[in-house]
Amino acid sequence: MGGIYARMRAGASGPLGDWTIVRHAAHDPAMPHDHHDHPHSLLPSDPALRVKALETILTQKGLVDPAALDEIIDTYENRIGPKNGAHVVARAWSDAAFRAALLADADPVLAEMGYYGRQGEHMVVVENTGDVHNMVVCTLCSCYPWPLLGIPPGWYKSDAYRARAVREPRKVLSEFGVTLPQDTSVRVWDSTAEVRYLVLPQRPAGTDGMDEAALMDLVTRDSMIGCGLAVAP
Amino acid sequence: MRPEPAFEAPWHAQLFALTVHLNEAGHFAWPDWADRFGATLKRHGVDRSLNGGDDYFLAWLETLETLLTETGAAEAQALQDMRAAWEAAYLRTPHGAPVTLD
Repeated sequence: MGGIYARMRAGASGPLGDWTIVRHAAHDPAMPHDHHDHPHSLLPSDPALRVKALETILTQKGLVDPAALDEIIDTYENRIGPKNGAHVVARAWSDAAFRAALLADADPVLAEMGYYGRQGEHMVVVENTGDVHNMVVCTLCSCYPWPLLGIPPGWYKSDAYRARAVREPRKVLSEFGVTLPQDTSVRVWDSTAEVRYLVLPQRPAGTDGMDEAALMDLVTRDSMIGCGLAVAP
Repeated sequence: MRPEPAFEAPWHAQLFALTVHLNEAGHFAWPDWADRFGATLKRHGVDRSLNGGDDYFLAWLETLETLLTETGAAEAQALQDMRAAWEAAYLRTPHGAPVTLD
């Protein structure tokens, strides 16, 4: 993707609100409206116009509430992300009873922490140890534990990752900079619309005595997908 | 380190929200959505490798358009007409002014 997208919202522009794409791509030859000044508004891309058409028609039919759409976007852009998962991991590292409960049956434990709902209805937490390294993929599409990790990164959704994670997990891991001991086995979990996985990474050495908040900073998103390790302090 | 944006383009976010909202309003079940979306991705990925960005959401959009056309929530012709109406609105609106359909 070349260019940077910014969203502009204009206030008084009808029931839908208005948004348009600003693409700063002065050096992008593919940009169709790459002029110095624009006599008319930048024309959104074909798919952007199709999405607008869908939204307009469904709103006119009363099937969609634009305010609810804004709320959903705000939630995933600003409020839900890998920090939630990191919180769970840090607590599991700090509290043995919590960890045992989480691994035995994650749903009630996560619900108690407030990390439930959309695409997190049935969660399974898998623990990395010296013997086993777990890794998560969705070969079908891109099922992912939204309440714990937010929206998946582009590579998680790519054909390359979805196909290769299963076929050659060690090679994929090495591309993420992760090299495992030969005697560590790799287990790949295929997410579905019904079951989502969270990897509980190994607690790094040299973290004795660190509190939950400090531990959280060591937990990366990739480590909870199993494509990275927790960071050493 | 700045976190990566959740969505690469506004229309990705808008499409995502629309789909989640329709699912929660009971227009379709998520497993059914995932099956259909998975099938579209597979079809699109036959000739080339999808990168998980724009092409991923293009497959998403096609899936949602087809699903809503099948359920009767949105007619194909109406969608085309509305898309054309928005395009015309953008083309006639001076740069910087809010774009409206009227």
